[in-house]
Amino acid sequence: MATSSIHVPSADPVDNSRSFLSRLRNGDEIARLVTFLFAASVVLITVLLVYELWIASSLPRQKFGLAFFVTKLWDPVAEQFGALTFIYGTVVTAGVALSIAIPLGIGAAIFLAELAPQKLSDPLQFFIDLLAAVPSVIYGVLGVFIVIPLMRTWIAPTLKATLGFLPLFQGPAYGVGFLTAGIVLAIMVIPYIISVSREVLLSVPRDQREAALALGSTRWESTWKVVVPFARTGIMGSIFLALARALGETMAVTMVIGNTPSISSSLFAPGYSIAAVIANEFTEATGDLYLQSLIQLGLVLFLLTFILNGLARLFMLLTASRGSGTGRA
Amino acid sequence: MNTRLRWRKLVSAFMLTMTGVCSLVAVSVLFFILGYLVFHGGRSINWDFFTKLPTPVGESGGGMANAIVGSAKLLFLASLIGVPIGFFGAIYLAEFSGSKTAFVVRYAADLLNGVPSIVIGIFAYALVVLPFKHFSAYAGGFALGVMMIPITLRSTEEFLLGVPNTLREAAMALGASKWKTIATVIVPAAYRGILTSVLLAFARVAGETAPLLFTAFGNRYWSPGFNQPIESLPHMVYIYAISPYEDWQRQAWAAGLVLLGLILIVNIVARFILARGVAVPRS
Repeated sequence: MATSSIHVPSADPVDNSRSFLSRLRNGDEIARLVTFLFAASVVLITVLLVYELWIASSLPRQKFGLAFFVTKLWDPVAEQFGALTFIYGTVVTAGVALSIAIPLGIGAAIFLAELAPQKLSDPLQFFIDLLAAVPSVIYGVLGVFIVIPLMRTWIAPTLKATLGFLPLFQGPAYGVGFLTAGIVLAIMVIPYIISVSREVLLSVPRDQREAALALGSTRWESTWKVVVPFARTGIMGSIFLALARALGETMAVTMVIGNTPSISSSLFAPGYSIAAVIANEFTEATGDLYLQSLIQLGLVLFLLTFILNGLARLFMLLTASRGSGTGRA
Repeated sequence: MNTRLRWRKLVSAFMLTMTGVCSLVAVSVLFFILGYLVFHGGRSINWDFFTKLPTPVGESGGGMANAIVGSAKLLFLASLIGVPIGFFGAIYLAEFSGSKTAFVVRYAADLLNGVPSIVIGIFAYALVVLPFKHFSAYAGGFALGVMMIPITLRSTEEFLLGVPNTLREAAMALGASKWKTIATVIVPAAYRGILTSVLLAFARVAGETAPLLFTAFGNRYWSPGFNQPIESLPHMVYIYAISPYEDWQRQAWAAGLVLLGLILIVNIVARFILARGVAVPRS
């Protein structure tokens, strides 16, 4: 009060502070501040996550540098850690998963978006959404008790008999391995591909279909040569989303991949993935270097999914800006 | 009709049938999983399953009472973190923030949403387990809570933004302050959507195993309070399914059935709540 009698402030700040005070009395400023703190904590947690992963993996970075990513040896006793086998396992299983899931997922999405009447399409989509909610450990149980025995008795012998000349399908089949993990992963990511692709296909403008049909194309030709290419960036987005999900999947893969650190050209061979090695060895890791090497694997996984999710979002934004029609032929 | 046209029509019919087969395959997986779990696990679900502790190897019987209570505790802790941050954060995004802040928060949430669950586990380990020097329900609950945040936040925000602006203007015109408008008009108008978001986030983390492996860790006995290692239903499914004992495997199916049943029911209820809502459009 004393200062204000000496120094006369200009009219503007007074007005501002009065409105600020009245807003504070109304509770608006308090509400704004409180909700801001909650929103800011989301950013804080995310930053903290990246920071913790980076700080907690400094030892292997100093000791191995980039060699960490290209050496195969993973020897906790000799304190030598290289991630190549795990990166290989992760990439191969995700690759197998996508090569199964992409045709199936896009096929189903085409059916749901283009062919099925809404009365059929909506309930089917509902089941697909439920499928996406099934926890990964349940898929793991399914893999252990169904896919592994099927692999031993039927899938592997059939593949050997028909495609056995390829190095991919040679060697003994134990049941567990890259192919089994890939199949289970494929089942898990198909719902993601279907849901996103269906949305994208539905947003393709109706004129596109009508133009193709009017030019004399069959139903399939209009779908495959016009509608799908129109929606391709969005479909790519769904694939990247599925890939990110497949790379980071832990439980189902851990239960069926065999957990053997080896690189083999055969898909029947047991292997190991980044997420699986973290899950299996984290609690048993003795020594800082061992633990920090595992955390660095987590960092690698984080960066991979970060990049893929970013690409997925970019692709979906690109389609969103392109097609704005209301689909359904 | 010439042969070429006939061929094209044949290809069309064939490929369209194939797309139908694809969706049939995709959807049948759900019923297959359900049927399989009911067939193998249904018999093992009895009173003991819900009330008894796990028995040692070789002794038959026993149940998963500790895992069920443990899961409930973990989910309670997770909701304490995930729901308030998600809900109030969404209110800030939808009602208060400028576009720049909103972009940063949304970006962080989307980033967090894409982080593999095992990495969230490492984060909770570094942040909660290491300082306390032991595994605990707090650490597990924290990990699950972090996973709930982005799911709750993003979908709650969508539903808040879906509330028509005319409602906001009407409340303001009657002289209500902004927070009063939010508390008495906007949130009630979107409550179905908000409830759905929270339920879906809950169902999503209820089945998570990976972030619990080295935070909650697991415990074959009762875990009093929140400061000790604790068992959870999905972790039990994992441990029992990979065990070589037939009795344990049967119980894994039963636990899987209970877990899946719970998650599917929450999902269906959430979608049902949403479907009956009127004022707010779907995302």
